[in-house]
Amino acid sequence: MGYQEVQTKLPSVLESLQQVKTFDGLQRLVEDLRELYGVEHLIYHSVNSAGTPYAALTYDLDWVDHYLEEDFGRIDPVVLGCYQRFQPVDWKDLDWTGKSARNFMLEARDAGVGNQGFSIPIRGPSGQFALFTVNHRCDDVEWAKFTTHNVRDFLLISHYINQKALEIERGTDMVEDQVLSPRELDALTMLGMGKSRANAADSLQISEHTLRVYIESARFKLGAANTTHAVALALTRGKIIV
Amino acid sequence: MIHFIYADALSDHPVLQRTMFTDRARQFSERLKWSVRVDDDGFERDEYDDMNPLYVIAEANGRHSGSMRFLPTTGPIMVNDHFSHLAGDVRISSPLIWECTRFCVAPDAPRTTSAALMLAAAELGRRAYLSHSVAVFDARMVRVYRRMGWAPDILGSDGTGRDRISVGLWAFDEAPVAALAAQAGVEPARASDWYRTSFQKPKAALAG
Repeated sequence: MGYQEVQTKLPSVLESLQQVKTFDGLQRLVEDLRELYGVEHLIYHSVNSAGTPYAALTYDLDWVDHYLEEDFGRIDPVVLGCYQRFQPVDWKDLDWTGKSARNFMLEARDAGVGNQGFSIPIRGPSGQFALFTVNHRCDDVEWAKFTTHNVRDFLLISHYINQKALEIERGTDMVEDQVLSPRELDALTMLGMGKSRANAADSLQISEHTLRVYIESARFKLGAANTTHAVALALTRGKIIV
Repeated sequence: MIHFIYADALSDHPVLQRTMFTDRARQFSERLKWSVRVDDDGFERDEYDDMNPLYVIAEANGRHSGSMRFLPTTGPIMVNDHFSHLAGDVRISSPLIWECTRFCVAPDAPRTTSAALMLAAAELGRRAYLSHSVAVFDARMVRVYRRMGWAPDILGSDGTGRDRISVGLWAFDEAPVAALAAQAGVEPARASDWYRTSFQKPKAALAG
């Protein structure tokens, strides 16, 4: 599947994510995402501030049970390398040299876990931590190509899934309805009116960088795939009028 | 030499840890007179140091010569908690934007330190796929950044004289990597080595 195709699907993925209301729905969405990106597995795992775990994943359930029974989290290099951190990590850069890590890896392979992966640690509000992993089976060249094209998409998707999981857990729509500040609304309005970034920045008497950051911030709060999508969502939700 | 070290691994580098927090006390408390807390050990530490931030630390002669502190804007950050009035009242939050605070240079640091730190920050932005960094800094640092060829966009400033604090933005796609490396006195590829040494473990037969 080509990158362009996936790109144009991202807004619709995020739209379906917005519609998700339950953990079952989130699980189905993760399964759909796996199909869309054509990868072996996707895993979202969260530990909230009260220490309650939650996961939506495509691994074989026998493997998940075995993992939990054996408490593999203690030795899993992915968990050890990502816990309480926040930069994305390619599995190749983790420490797999220890005996227990190597044995764990062999068991994981037998259970259908692919040889490639990258994991995105997520730091949510008030000490919440989550981890999103893309797992695949391919050679290094193909993997490098895939990650280069898709990491930013997955950075967004993983954080939106996390927001959605928090929202479902709380049983409110607090996250979805994050308040946009007047500056963010101004920026979206200007772009919605068809102004260029340079023009919009000029009208608001801010630099283009500042405009970009306001748009980026608004995009994330709206759960949008890109700037155009953010403007569209702001319009349909009645947050801006042009 | 630049290190990327999360707070929970700082104790593996006791000298860097101690000298960074005491150098921060000298810069922010003694010299700039910011209203920061200095504890009984002479360490300048705040609540964000307890949130497992990622430090970028320059080392010279075995001790801290300069540093900066990064946190993701999806979690609690200083700009949103204390300085949003300087950022257009926008609560900045995105997986593509990290906050950088406590840019510190030791009094006896080599002249290349600031440029090396900026080069390391650019590398971090590239490796973490970031678009921007939002920073809180001593307003008088602006000319230093400008001289290095990577000036921030100032969102707002507060206070006067030594108290003056600014909130600004850096765009990672505009990082003048070659110029920063030249000023730091290293090859541009060196930043990649710093990152690898800090984060990448010995290769095992993962893909095979």
